[in-house]
Amino acid sequence: MHAIVAECLEKNFDVKAVDCVSFKVKKGSIFALLGPNGAGKTTLTGILTTLIKPDSGYAEVAGFSIGEKMEVRKRIGVVFQEPALDTKLTAKENLEFHAMLYGMKRKEREERIPSALKLVGLEKWENVLVEKFSGGMKRKLEIARAFVHEPEVLFLDEPTLGLDVQTRRNIWDYITSLRDRGVTIFMTTHYIDEAENLCDTVAIMDRGRIVKIGKVDELKKELGEGTVYIELEKADVSKLKSLEGVIDVILSGNVVQINCTNVELLLPKLFKLLDGIKSVKVKNPDLEDVFLKLTGRRFE
Amino acid sequence: MIQVYVLWLREMKRLVRSKSRFFSSLFMPLMFLLFLSSGFSGVKFQGIENYTEYLTPGIAAMAVVFSSTFAGLSVLWDREFGFLKEISVAPVSNTAVVCGRIAGSATTSTLQAMAIVILSIPIGFSTTLYGVLTSFFFVVLMAVTFTGMGLVFASVIKDFHGFGMVMNFVIFPLFFLSGAMFPISKLPSFIRIFAYANPMFYGVSGMRLALISNCLSPAYLLISLFFSVITVLVAARAFERI
Ligand SMILES: Nc1ncnc2c1ncn2[C@@H]1O[C@H](COP(=O)(O)OP(=O)(O)O)[C@@H](O)[C@H]1O
Ligand SMILES: [Mg+2]
Repeated sequence: MHAIVAECLEKNFDVKAVDCVSFKVKKGSIFALLGPNGAGKTTLTGILTTLIKPDSGYAEVAGFSIGEKMEVRKRIGVVFQEPALDTKLTAKENLEFHAMLYGMKRKEREERIPSALKLVGLEKWENVLVEKFSGGMKRKLEIARAFVHEPEVLFLDEPTLGLDVQTRRNIWDYITSLRDRGVTIFMTTHYIDEAENLCDTVAIMDRGRIVKIGKVDELKKELGEGTVYIELEKADVSKLKSLEGVIDVILSGNVVQINCTNVELLLPKLFKLLDGIKSVKVKNPDLEDVFLKLTGRRFE
Repeated sequence: MIQVYVLWLREMKRLVRSKSRFFSSLFMPLMFLLFLSSGFSGVKFQGIENYTEYLTPGIAAMAVVFSSTFAGLSVLWDREFGFLKEISVAPVSNTAVVCGRIAGSATTSTLQAMAIVILSIPIGFSTTLYGVLTSFFFVVLMAVTFTGMGLVFASVIKDFHGFGMVMNFVIFPLFFLSGAMFPISKLPSFIRIFAYANPMFYGVSGMRLALISNCLSPAYLLISLFFSVITVLVAARAFERI
């Protein structure tokens, strides 16, 4: 079963912000939209959360067409890229306001608000005005709020943008623990490590289009490209180019850089062929390489 | 319904937290009241027996109109600080959102009008409890109309620059054309026509009759009601575009 289905969604501003985007997100999984600034991630999130009307295309969220706004809205939680808290209210009041807006009964509220605050470690701050909060605390509170009405699908637009390492780790933990409770997570990010560490499925987005979708490992395997750096006593690289799987050989000083399709298979051959190896360094492909290969551009 | 209440509750919490803003927004109307009524105390206006008596309902109405327009426009602040998104993605209809805001602003306005009427008693204003209660009909209807108007303007203007434009080019002219400070019969007839299209004129006149003569004018009430229904409907449509 799928929590999100999108079929050729399109949205034009001055540019094609979203350009015939189709994908499916499995229930209970973490799906990440990875792309540089301006790729169209926020616009796509806006369409799926019923805030932006697509020019064409079809989408379903939590079993309802995005045209049925109220039905979709009841079933989703959203954390926007920009903070969307009332800074003149306390943390708890923000959650209470939200819970009442989503029609939660008093008993449910009294149960879930403290537990949501606890999940993100803000229970001691519940009565503090949000204007006193740091960026990281605000983001945590927003995640707690988006979850308080127990949505089926949680949308997170760049949830860790601009946060320090420790807070990012915490937020990854909350996201994982929500997934483990069965919530489907749709998130966007322009951090490659975030997509690699956190997600079940990654869609790489660039200039409004999804250029690739798959599991992180699969994407890397498919790409298969790696780099081996070998430091030699005496650099002799004449024989290397003809080896199977070698794409490119670059010599700089005593270090040979070999770009190849399958590092694991190539390494033993290299050891046989070369004498006087002083050190070896292997760099496996990461999503950055995937992006570079697919778009011809570096990920900024 | 509960959603309207929640939105109202938020406005009230914010009001209580920023009491100083509430009091400072009373400051300008009170200055008008004090200086105009004492400055003109010796002047005899044709058809007006006691200027303080004439002016007080007008100034109370002024406070209502300014604070409700401001409340409507303050949705711009919510947009600026992102909070509007939290409301727009919630399962709440635009009508409920607009009604919640209007309810909050009508409460604030009523408190302000009450404060002005009470503070004007020491400078020679007199009324009855019945008069005050009757005048609340007009206070609330004006608050509804002008909050709605503020919301409509907020959907048209996109920045804070436009905010000053609305105040200068819409609200002040409406104020001068409302009979709040002087009878519109003094105005040239081609300008007076605009006064009759001015919702504030009916609000001020209704308040004045209520506070001074203790009577409720059905005509003014109906016209004020008409204006407020229209603006709420327009505001609910306009809100989609904010
Ligand atoms: N409201 C808008 N009006 C005009 N252009 C927009 C609007 N929103 C986004 N865009 C444009 O659409 C493109 C995608 O933006 P966005 O969805 O915010 O990308 P991302 O979130 O991936 O950084 C950008 O070129 C941006 O300038
Ligand atoms: Mg974005």
